[in-house]
Amino acid sequence: MATTEARPGATSELAASVGLTDDDLIGMYRVISTARAVDERMWILNRAGRIPFVISGQGHEGAQTAIAWPLKRQFDWIAPFYRSIATCLTFGMGARDILTAQYAKAVDLSSGGRQMPGHYGNVENNLVSLSSPVATQMLHAVGIALAAKIRKTGQVAMTSMGEGSSNQGDVHEGLNFAAIHKLPFILCVENNGYAISVPVERQLATPNVADRASGYGIPGVIVDGSDVLGCYVAAKEAVDRARRGDGPTLLEAKVIRLTAHSSDDQQTKYRSADELAALQEKDALPRFRAQLRDAGVLTDELEASIAAEVKKDIDEATDYAENAADPDPRTAMKWVYAEDWPGETPPAWGFGGGHGMEGHEGDTSAAEDAV
Amino acid sequence: MALKTFIEAVRETLAEEMRRDEAVIVLGEDVGLKGGVFLATDGLYGEFGADRVIDTPLTESQIIGTSIGAAMNGLRPVAEIQFADFIHPAFNQLVSEAARMRYRSNNKFGVPMTVRAPYGGGVHGALYHSQSVEAFFSHVPGLKVVIPSTPYDAAGLLRSSIRDDDPVLFFEHKKMYRSVRGDVPSGEYVVPLGKAAITHPGTQITVIAYGLMAHYALEAADVVAEEGISVEVVDLRTLRPLDKETVLSSVRKTGKCLVVYEDNRFLGYGAEICSIVAEEAFDYLDGPVTRIAGPDVPGVPYNHVLEDWFMVNPEKIADGIRKLAAY
Repeated sequence: MATTEARPGATSELAASVGLTDDDLIGMYRVISTARAVDERMWILNRAGRIPFVISGQGHEGAQTAIAWPLKRQFDWIAPFYRSIATCLTFGMGARDILTAQYAKAVDLSSGGRQMPGHYGNVENNLVSLSSPVATQMLHAVGIALAAKIRKTGQVAMTSMGEGSSNQGDVHEGLNFAAIHKLPFILCVENNGYAISVPVERQLATPNVADRASGYGIPGVIVDGSDVLGCYVAAKEAVDRARRGDGPTLLEAKVIRLTAHSSDDQQTKYRSADELAALQEKDALPRFRAQLRDAGVLTDELEASIAAEVKKDIDEATDYAENAADPDPRTAMKWVYAEDWPGETPPAWGFGGGHGMEGHEGDTSAAEDAV
Repeated sequence: MALKTFIEAVRETLAEEMRRDEAVIVLGEDVGLKGGVFLATDGLYGEFGADRVIDTPLTESQIIGTSIGAAMNGLRPVAEIQFADFIHPAFNQLVSEAARMRYRSNNKFGVPMTVRAPYGGGVHGALYHSQSVEAFFSHVPGLKVVIPSTPYDAAGLLRSSIRDDDPVLFFEHKKMYRSVRGDVPSGEYVVPLGKAAITHPGTQITVIAYGLMAHYALEAADVVAEEGISVEVVDLRTLRPLDKETVLSSVRKTGKCLVVYEDNRFLGYGAEICSIVAEEAFDYLDGPVTRIAGPDVPGVPYNHVLEDWFMVNPEKIADGIRKLAAY
């Protein structure tokens, strides 16, 4: 999909300073831009009544992209969370995969339209399917890392979550276990200061989630989420450490939440106008753009062409998702188990969508008796 | 054929499966050098080492959650929850995660994981070492629930569970570990999941049970046989997916049905069996669908007089059979 690239093979001073090429920097910029644009599109579609629910990653994209960047796609694993749009885009999903999930269409790569939007995950990209109870994915990533160690695959597993989720017991149990066994694991906490409406001061007794790392005997690293390359450097070190067999890292990125928690939340009820206005200065996207321009990596021409490509990509993805087919109710009983079981019979109304007996193909005994 | 105790059948099957498939690992509390508090994993640590027989911290949610992750990355974990009573901290991982993983990912992910846990009372275990927890998990589509009653079934069903591509909860009645013996053939036979067994053919009353209660039902059937009551005992073996056909065809033959379970009566697993029989075999019934089940108190009390009062036993089942026979 990328038709525009940086000067092929070039390595600016900026890129060299973090051990990357200009292509990497432009690649990151493209993902961050796409994540922001697809997120903005989601809100428009929601307000236009096209999709019922949005949960957003705006303000997290720079950190997400940079932190996932040093992991190997289709090899390492990430257990994402509901704000992980940029993480998923970095790891192989495209705008189409995000938007078909918003519309919950049959072709939705993450769940075939079964899950709420935001529950991204697909085996093709080693992105673990996630649920809504927060932080459960912590233990899945630890288990993936355990299997990687036992099977000697060389894989690294990372999970990401908010600072609110980091208070769950599964996080404690997982960090303890990962540290005992020196598993190739990274916990990335994207601390945006709010668990829906509850500010971080009411969630944590310590200033940072990373402060807890010492309790597990592992490094706790804090990075500024608006500093994309700083996030990359910290993540690279954590990935290298995990891959070497030196164990897990707790990486905390201080990010911002630009939007309400979700499309059903009104954040002005608990955040002041001044606070919201000040967030813009900490937004990673314009900051990274300026950094790349100053370094001569991003020219006017390149910036404009990337913007045009991103828009075209998202327009096409929106049309595709809008026109894609809904899942067929006849598939709604599939994949409870790996195989069909005669005992798992459909309801008396069959697959007719609740409109009487039409389309009924299941066990009729109960309904017939009732008639 | 060799005569084995129930726990020997479990232990030897675990070892055989670990030899057969290096993706099989065992993890849980004290499962390593100690070999588990009941010795179900005794010897595995010595044979397979610390990488494949993992002593975990006292963290049940972690035991199940990491098993789910490991299962998604190429292993077949067999997790041990030391007592079924301690499985509740892992409820979220089992119900929100393991059970729903395949459905919510539209078959992209599966969780080939077996969770073993000793359950049941009658061993002076009191409120927190006696629970029957099968109803919680049998309720959840996506989980399979197995409760064997014989060493033969324990070995055959454990093999099927470990080789299954979906999460299986494998509950072992702890009172049977050393008190129940039976023939176990050598070789890798399997007992398929989802198949009940008629363990005592009869004509007048169907008694449906599982686990320890399947034994007590057989004892009760022998007692009432001397009084001229012919009982057919169905041992469910797998609670979910349920072998509805065996249950219904037995009830359609006998016309009477008594469901026996050790768990609290109200909304226990047997309540669903009663409902299915009432709904789908109504025309064949010659009496009410009845139950003999544990009393509705929050746990099995410790003192032996109280415990005896709680526990369903062959006498109590025989009484239930007599009442239904007289109907």
